Amino acid sequence: MSEIKVSGLRHVYSAGTPFEKVAIDDINIEIPSGQLVGLIGHTGSGKSTFIQHLNGLLAPSSGTVTVDGENIFASKEATRKVRFKVGLVFQYPEYQLFEETVFNDIAFGPKNMGLSEAEVAERVREAAGFVGVPEDCFDKSPLELSGGQKRRVAIAGVIAMRPGVLILDEPTAGLDPEGCRRILSNICEYREKTGSTVIIVSHSMEDVAKLADRLVVFNGGHIEFDGTPEEVFSHPEELKAIGLAVPAATELSMALRRRGIALSPSIYTISRLLEELNALTGGGAEC
Amino acid sequence: MLKDITLGQYFPGNTIAHRLDPRTKLLLVIVYIVGLFNTADFIGYAFVIAITGLCMYLAKINPKTAFKGLKPLVIVIVLTALLNIFYTKGTPIIEGWIITWEGLKKALFMSVRIVLLIVGTFMLTYTTSPMALTDGLERLLRPLKKIKIPVHEMSMMMSMALRFIPTLIEETDKIMSAQKARGADFESGSIMRRAKALLPILVPLFISAFRRADELAIAMESRCYHGGDGRTRLKQLKYEKADFEAMLAGAVFLAAVFVMKHFGL
Repeated sequence: MSEIKVSGLRHVYSAGTPFEKVAIDDINIEIPSGQLVGLIGHTGSGKSTFIQHLNGLLAPSSGTVTVDGENIFASKEATRKVRFKVGLVFQYPEYQLFEETVFNDIAFGPKNMGLSEAEVAERVREAAGFVGVPEDCFDKSPLELSGGQKRRVAIAGVIAMRPGVLILDEPTAGLDPEGCRRILSNICEYREKTGSTVIIVSHSMEDVAKLADRLVVFNGGHIEFDGTPEEVFSHPEELKAIGLAVPAATELSMALRRRGIALSPSIYTISRLLEELNALTGGGAEC
Repeated sequence: MLKDITLGQYFPGNTIAHRLDPRTKLLLVIVYIVGLFNTADFIGYAFVIAITGLCMYLAKINPKTAFKGLKPLVIVIVLTALLNIFYTKGTPIIEGWIITWEGLKKALFMSVRIVLLIVGTFMLTYTTSPMALTDGLERLLRPLKKIKIPVHEMSMMMSMALRFIPTLIEETDKIMSAQKARGADFESGSIMRRAKALLPILVPLFISAFRRADELAIAMESRCYHGGDGRTRLKQLKYEKADFEAMLAGAVFLAAVFVMKHFGL
């Protein structure tokens, strides 16, 4: 629903001290409305610094960020307004829960927007629905929930602001495979229903490869690759050199291709690999 | 930000001051403070300042860093000076003024004393890591164990507290960002509103502090920690020749201060 335009973005930590560090430098990127972008990079590549500029938590040393054509650092009000437009879910968001009940915690964002009680309640219900938090949990303390449920409540707390852009920093970190799958499918559903722009930050290629329309790879504070998953994964050597792995399916299909098996070069999910192998052998194996 | 506080920060190095036993340094700081409070005239101060400068030179402390450490306490120093200026009786500078010569002198005295006090103790934390400091303190206070004071437990608590300060600062930063992302506003409104706005930070911070404490306790127990009895150390504290020399220098310093005080040199 919202589009983001970033140009010449640069951020320096502790400028003017011996601890000075350029975190990101000369970032130029346009994210059109409704796209699902996977942001990949290993620790310290600048991806977390980058996303904190998109909702005005960090101010750039130089460069501009515009959301829907408005410079978000133009004034204090503009910066505050953008927080509601660009929803940012931090890593391990369950550690930010603080209210006495699940309902109140999800309602924290909408209340800060100054909405009416009825509107807040409606948004809480809607957000909880998106992430699969049942309504009979509303009166429980967030501390009583399981890890996966806590995380879903925390994500609902951001979704309840109805942001045009939803950014999630490592939404699946530390969850079991079932929890991962549920959260990712919740996010996809949310995007389909609302048409929001979604940015998922991850260092796991596997997760994002399946979902994203576009992958952006960060390395050493700048954008190394930017394109569709096919385009990005066609540089396996370069990706390895910067400490990232291509999905296992891609790796396997490349090894098979080297041995003379005629697979297409752009395989990055297991189901796709299976499909092509079945087509070659005439078999009907399933995963 | 919280991170910029220099007072009490440790700067690794390999000077003679860094190598001294932490116990020696603790004792020397006590000697320094006793000496400082027993100087009563400007010649005495000149002597203490010279000694402070010498120590700073030996520890290779940049005077700029030392003065940066004073910044958070400027208000205290200014307030002390002002109170002394206005509340000391004596001969007025100009007839009819409250400000007296004695007041000015006392204000200057007090300010110099506070500055020297801070700079002196700053040298201890500058050259001694928090761990070495608590180790030294534990050893020095060990005799108190005889009268059932839990010295080991106290120093363990102290080193843990020191260990977790940076962690908690980082955590606070993170939680603040997360709540700001949900539209929390910490900067505007009345004092009551601002205090209330801190709740979304304090609650998660407390929860995580308790969680960390729990995890730490389990980690310590699974490594068979059972208090200080029979516990040996990887780094044994041992007095070296330099320690005795430093202590001798400290004794000479104290003697000099008392001589100056009593004979009014």
